[in-house]
Amino acid sequence: MSAGEGPARRRDSEISFATRRRLFLVSGAVLAALMTWALAGMPAFGDYHGIYGLLLNRVAVPQEHATNVITAVNFDYRGFDTLGEEFILFAAVLGLALILRERRDEEEGPPDDDAVGRQVSGASVAVRLITVTLVGPTVLLAGYIIAHGAITPGGGFQGGVIAATALLFVYLGGEYLALRRIRPLPLVEITKATGAAGFVLIGIAGLIWGVAFLDNWLPKGTPGDVFSAGTMQLLSVAVGFEITGGFVLILSEFLDQTIVLRRRRGARSG
Amino acid sequence: MTVLQIVALALVAVGAPAVVAARDPLRQAFVASFYGLLLGVLFFAFAAPDVALSSIVIGSVALPTIILLALAKIGDKDS
Repeated sequence: MSAGEGPARRRDSEISFATRRRLFLVSGAVLAALMTWALAGMPAFGDYHGIYGLLLNRVAVPQEHATNVITAVNFDYRGFDTLGEEFILFAAVLGLALILRERRDEEEGPPDDDAVGRQVSGASVAVRLITVTLVGPTVLLAGYIIAHGAITPGGGFQGGVIAATALLFVYLGGEYLALRRIRPLPLVEITKATGAAGFVLIGIAGLIWGVAFLDNWLPKGTPGDVFSAGTMQLLSVAVGFEITGGFVLILSEFLDQTIVLRRRRGARSG
Repeated sequence: MTVLQIVALALVAVGAPAVVAARDPLRQAFVASFYGLLLGVLFFAFAAPDVALSSIVIGSVALPTIILLALAKIGDKDS
């Protein structure tokens, strides 16, 4: 419990602490009773009856040559759903960029990290060493996770976020200016757009090959090979691009807000 | 249920209230980050490594980072 916040707020609120506690105890007891009732009626642990899941577990490897059934579901059997999910993130990042734009009463100041007389000391040598050492392996791991989406756990989404964390390491270990140098925003935006468009284009390419949208039209290879599972690997790479670009943009927007954007002097607030 | 699964469930059961109990947003971001890691262990113990990876990258890296940056911005306005 934080001090200072409680008493002041309690005086303002209409409901007293005792009433609130009583309300919590009653509703908590009701919730506990309902939960107990619901849990008592649940099937035993591990008693799985999902016909769809059992079926996919059996057919995914022979049919689609993907040893990671999750990816087979995401990028093949339910590829169309993933397309929708991808555009949810696309729209979210667009909205974020719009809300966190440079407003009329704001201007870019020199980055806080480089301000004259800055009190906070920079990253220590140990932090610098660790982060700089980790940047390479992080990018490599991200590439591995994206490239092996159809074979081992992971895929474009997880790999994409891992790739974006490499950017965080650069910020933590280096300086904001170094960060700006390694993330040319137009390139990041192109990466993101390429990923989003790539997903759709791979789907449309299937139509040219005479199969359904997002159907697996590439040769499927040997299960377990990097170049297997047909379009799944390509889709994984497309999603990887989009997610990397998306998260780098999100982090950049937030960092810019925090570090360089200043309210213009004399501007009215609100 | 294996021992690992029971331990993972117990840790998550302790971790979730811990996130709520940490009232200071700055501390909460760190506790939430650790909680994301616990969730990752839980999903891994229940044979869902894909979800475990997602949980670790989002729950313990991306979300706390965004909270920290937002806190930095708010603190900036106060001063």
